[in-house]
Amino acid sequence: MSGVVLPLGFIPLVDAAPLIVAQELGFAEEERLTFELRRAASWSMLRDMLSFGQVAAAHMLAPVPVATALGLGGGAGQLDALQVLSVNGNVIGVSRALAARMREAGHGFDFADAAAAGRALIAAAGEGLRIGVPFPFSMHAELLYYWLGALGFRVPQDLAVRTVPPPQMAAALATDEIDAFCVGEPWGSIAVATGAGDLLLPGSAIWSFAPEKVLATRHDWAEREPEVAGRLMRAIWRAGRWLGDPANRITASEILARPQYLDLPAEVPERGLAGDLVISPEGAEAQVPGFLEFHAGLAAFPWRSQAAWIGARMAARLGLDRNEALEAARAVFRSDLYRRNLAGAGAEMPATSDKVEGGAEAPILAAGGASGVILPRNRFFDGGIFDPAPGS
Amino acid sequence: MDQGLSIVVVEKDRERAMLIVDSLREAGGHDIYVISEESRLARRISERRPDLVLIDLTSPSRDVLEELTLASGPMDRPVAMFVDRSDEGLAQAAIEAGVSAYVVDGLRADRIKPILDAAITRFHMFHRMRSELAATKAALEERKIIDRAKGLLMRARGIDEDAAYALLRKTAMDQGRKIADVANALVTAAALLK
Repeated sequence: MSGVVLPLGFIPLVDAAPLIVAQELGFAEEERLTFELRRAASWSMLRDMLSFGQVAAAHMLAPVPVATALGLGGGAGQLDALQVLSVNGNVIGVSRALAARMREAGHGFDFADAAAAGRALIAAAGEGLRIGVPFPFSMHAELLYYWLGALGFRVPQDLAVRTVPPPQMAAALATDEIDAFCVGEPWGSIAVATGAGDLLLPGSAIWSFAPEKVLATRHDWAEREPEVAGRLMRAIWRAGRWLGDPANRITASEILARPQYLDLPAEVPERGLAGDLVISPEGAEAQVPGFLEFHAGLAAFPWRSQAAWIGARMAARLGLDRNEALEAARAVFRSDLYRRNLAGAGAEMPATSDKVEGGAEAPILAAGGASGVILPRNRFFDGGIFDPAPGS
Repeated sequence: MDQGLSIVVVEKDRERAMLIVDSLREAGGHDIYVISEESRLARRISERRPDLVLIDLTSPSRDVLEELTLASGPMDRPVAMFVDRSDEGLAQAAIEAGVSAYVVDGLRADRIKPILDAAITRFHMFHRMRSELAATKAALEERKIIDRAKGLLMRARGIDEDAAYALLRKTAMDQGRKIADVANALVTAAALLK
């Protein structure tokens, strides 16, 4: 008895790991599921495959279901985020020419201080800075707008954010189509390895606990298939817990590197999994704790407040009604389903599904479970705070 | 009669682009423009201001088109995929055929359908042609290698062509392999022994 075969879609990125590991290491089989993993060439293709039923669930940029709920973009159907697949994991890189100008002006490339790096970037590039992101609705775009907006850029007007498919990112930088990029691993490391640019910051320097990818399904799929949805969520969650153990990184890298997944030498995904990055073509290295999280700090919990933050940012930038946007956004991060399906599997549950985003300089004890749950450091680089429900 | 639509086809492969253009010409008097380069795709498309964009579903550049759904102003020619969401069948058929279409909002479904139908047919036909071509090539390669193996056997063992072929076939059957594989092994081994 192999149980149910579920077609799942993914983009070849390091953070597709929970889906791949769940299938390869038997977490799916444990739930009597077989994942038929389908690699997609673009986010819009993956979203359409999901909307039109060619896959049951997909590895998806956290802002895509929110954008769809707000009526933005070319998607055809409403999507839900059942759980967060990964937190953080992006890097910001600049062209060699821009890096040289920033160094001349005294910037030290510490790969940590987002305010200093942003000011150095603005001084060296000025208005009209061209930055590549993988998709218009992505944490890459949101983090850039937040970062440069907080440092005085008028966003989006002063900034040319361009969509560049990640495999073309290094080439776009090398041919001066863009000055900088924000992209997920392995593509940042590949830009350094090919000598196209230098890495300036990890995404986590802008927001230390940013939801990056989610497990997305068609709206109401989980209600119509409650039993299968529960099994899918448990398999993925256990894969995330396995990935959260540093001892498993080498095995995970070997699996991800295979031709049917990322098709790369195994040391490339390993850099992203470990947060050990080479940040310049000359070989400078940086170690980033919490560079990419699959499990620690309740990483998989789909906080309504995370969706609300994304919705609020999009509404402000695109001139939509804030309250409507917050409400629509909150509804797509299905913390209700997470509670229903994962409480029995051993996942820690917070008492509420909203939290204040930002403002936590150190881990805090929050209500939940038998004796409370520890929430990790959650800080925006400028000390900003997002309260999803002011006054309540 | 309605005026023809302005259509942009994003396709790197010249041959395939021409096939699609031909089929669209047959479908009506449309103004068709092919973009074969992926750099600055969004700008090239917005300069043309097309009513409809067709692109291979497996092209990573499809994400670039998504930018067009966020045109500079809310009233500025919004583009969306399969605007007429009532016709899911058409959208699904297109996705299965590997074509994705971006359509300017407000374009009537009855005007899009014949164009998409034509494009879908051509995409299918192109896939078939490609696989037929690949199969023919492989068959030719196999025949060449078998001929060389036969020649080696005829010279080495002083047998005629039919006997050489029979020997290859018997070896393949005994080992549960394809004749072409046995022939290939023989040719490779002979080259090593030279």
